[in-house]
Amino acid sequence: MSSELSNDRLVWIYTQMARIREFEERVKRTFEEHPGVIRGHTHLADGAEASIVGSLATIEPGDQLTATYRCHGYPIVLGTDTKAMMAEIYGRRHGLCGGYGGSMHLADPERGFLGTSGIVGQGIPHATGVAYAAQIRSRAGGVPTVVLSFFGDGASKQGAFHESLNLASLWKLPVVYIMENNNYNVATRSDQEDANAAAGEPLSVKAKAYSMPGVTVDGADPLAVYDTVKEAVDRARGGQGPTLVESKVYRLSAHGNLIAPPGVPLHYEEHEAIRVFGNREEYDAAVRGDPVPRFRMRLIEQGALGAAQADAIAERVRDEMEAAVQFALADPFPEPEAATNFVYA
Amino acid sequence: MAREIPYIVAVNEALQLEMERDPTVIFYGQDVAPSDEDPLVKAFGRDRVRVSPISETAEIGMAVGLALAGFRPVVELLMAEFMLVAMNQVVNEAPRLRYMSGGQVKVPVVFKAGYGFTAGWAGQHTGSIYNMFCGIPGLKVALPSTPADAKGLFATAIRDDNPVCYLIHYLLVLEHGDVPEGEYLVPFGEAKIRRSGSDVTIVATGWTVGKALQAAELLASEGIDAEVIDPRTLQPLDVPTILASVEKTGHIVLADQATRHASAASFIAAEVAEHGFSYLRAPIKLVTALDATVPYSAPMEAFVLPDEHKIAGAVREVLGEAPVAA
Repeated sequence: MSSELSNDRLVWIYTQMARIREFEERVKRTFEEHPGVIRGHTHLADGAEASIVGSLATIEPGDQLTATYRCHGYPIVLGTDTKAMMAEIYGRRHGLCGGYGGSMHLADPERGFLGTSGIVGQGIPHATGVAYAAQIRSRAGGVPTVVLSFFGDGASKQGAFHESLNLASLWKLPVVYIMENNNYNVATRSDQEDANAAAGEPLSVKAKAYSMPGVTVDGADPLAVYDTVKEAVDRARGGQGPTLVESKVYRLSAHGNLIAPPGVPLHYEEHEAIRVFGNREEYDAAVRGDPVPRFRMRLIEQGALGAAQADAIAERVRDEMEAAVQFALADPFPEPEAATNFVYA
Repeated sequence: MAREIPYIVAVNEALQLEMERDPTVIFYGQDVAPSDEDPLVKAFGRDRVRVSPISETAEIGMAVGLALAGFRPVVELLMAEFMLVAMNQVVNEAPRLRYMSGGQVKVPVVFKAGYGFTAGWAGQHTGSIYNMFCGIPGLKVALPSTPADAKGLFATAIRDDNPVCYLIHYLLVLEHGDVPEGEYLVPFGEAKIRRSGSDVTIVATGWTVGKALQAAELLASEGIDAEVIDPRTLQPLDVPTILASVEKTGHIVLADQATRHASAASFIAAEVAEHGFSYLRAPIKLVTALDATVPYSAPMEAFVLPDEHKIAGAVREVLGEAPVAA
């Protein structure tokens, strides 16, 4: 157990993990309970909670991050109002982005979450540029800040990944690249499309090509993630440049909800391990290793969390996300004419 | 006080002045100031002036990140075609992030590149591809045709809170013209009437503005009085100035170095057809590059490009003084 974290902090980490899980379950249930309310494509973070919260537990005021279309988890941890988040996913007027972005494009710059790209790998250079800005400000006497760049394993096959990591290492930019490796590019397994994976090596070996540290960590263990990312964040803040962290997670839902033309009810199909490869054993093992109940059990066993306290957290989280759903359902749609706002600043 | 300087000097003067004025302006790109003795490096330091690897996606994507973080980056992309390597960042990231965030962020970046270098650079470094950036809500496109506009449009682009493709024409870089000293801004969305006339409207962009003015001189000797309009920015586009001219002349010819289909000439023609049809006394005529990749060999290169004779010929056609081509 990470020595530097207080019991309060450990409980905070668990609480954030539970909030992400409940939020994502309510998004998923919306397809069944309120058909048609969510349009297009959603991507859930269930299974990645430990990695997300462990990473974000390292940041300090002024630090910033960018992410991908699988973006619900980060703002929850940063304190973004979950009512506004759910309303955005439902396309409503008081959504976080006013209904302009939807599930894939959450942003809360006030809290350091600068936004996402819906295109694989394309947010990595954005984070790198934000880190360039942080370096300029720091060298001018400002508080040294750090940028976290979240992306998936698939993004590491993009030119944007290669170009950005080369530049960040060359310029010693204060950025930590956090690759959430869930082993699937939608339906394609990593060992089918990644030379390192096919050779049995961790994907963090890619860091060697950019002369930066590369570390692989168990993304189901929030404290291991915390320790690994903390070291990388400290290194970046100290002016020593970027690190590539490969955080191994298992996505507990399919890549996204069903892709279908209007009129076809949307829902989540079974995980690709089952649907595509017929490998129920792999998926069942992942469910047995689910990081949220596992961390809860660990804290209870170590006396950091009481059973009654854990139940109270669960109840609060359920109430919060129920309120988010009810708020979003009741929130009006935007005025159609608002569609031409914000095209230009 | 204005004085005569080359187009490329006017470009650099705008950058220098804006970097002096605003410490958030950052300039970098391939082969930008590799020497620490470069005047820009000496003036502004290595944090604000950097040389980048040949990594367009990172260069442009990082500019988006810098802008999100409160800076005003200018990326030197050298050739407009190099933006094609990173087209997602140019058209699908920079112009969309503000909108998708519901107005929470802004992305003030300038993509600076040259285009149209039809001087034997063959098929991949000669394109007039500004049309590719014109159908993108959130993106602006500026095409200076004179040294003064090169300075004034660049300064405006840097101060604009949106992503701007600022495209200089490589055939014009040594052209001299009067350029105001000190701060000089040319507003976006205001066309310039380069020559007043009453018989026909010629709308031209970039290098074809000069060709249109030459055509107007040829036509003047025949008693034809042509008005030449330079939109200066294609996004935003000053449609009212063009329509007012067509209302006066009743005839319009559009000159464009780009290939015909989906060219600036074609979308300006659509605006005139929809909003100015009743003014027209003859069909609209487009004088564009032929629909071919620009060839290397000089006679073939000249063959595919518009020039003053082709523009003058089109004017004679719309005025009924030459047979109208089918």
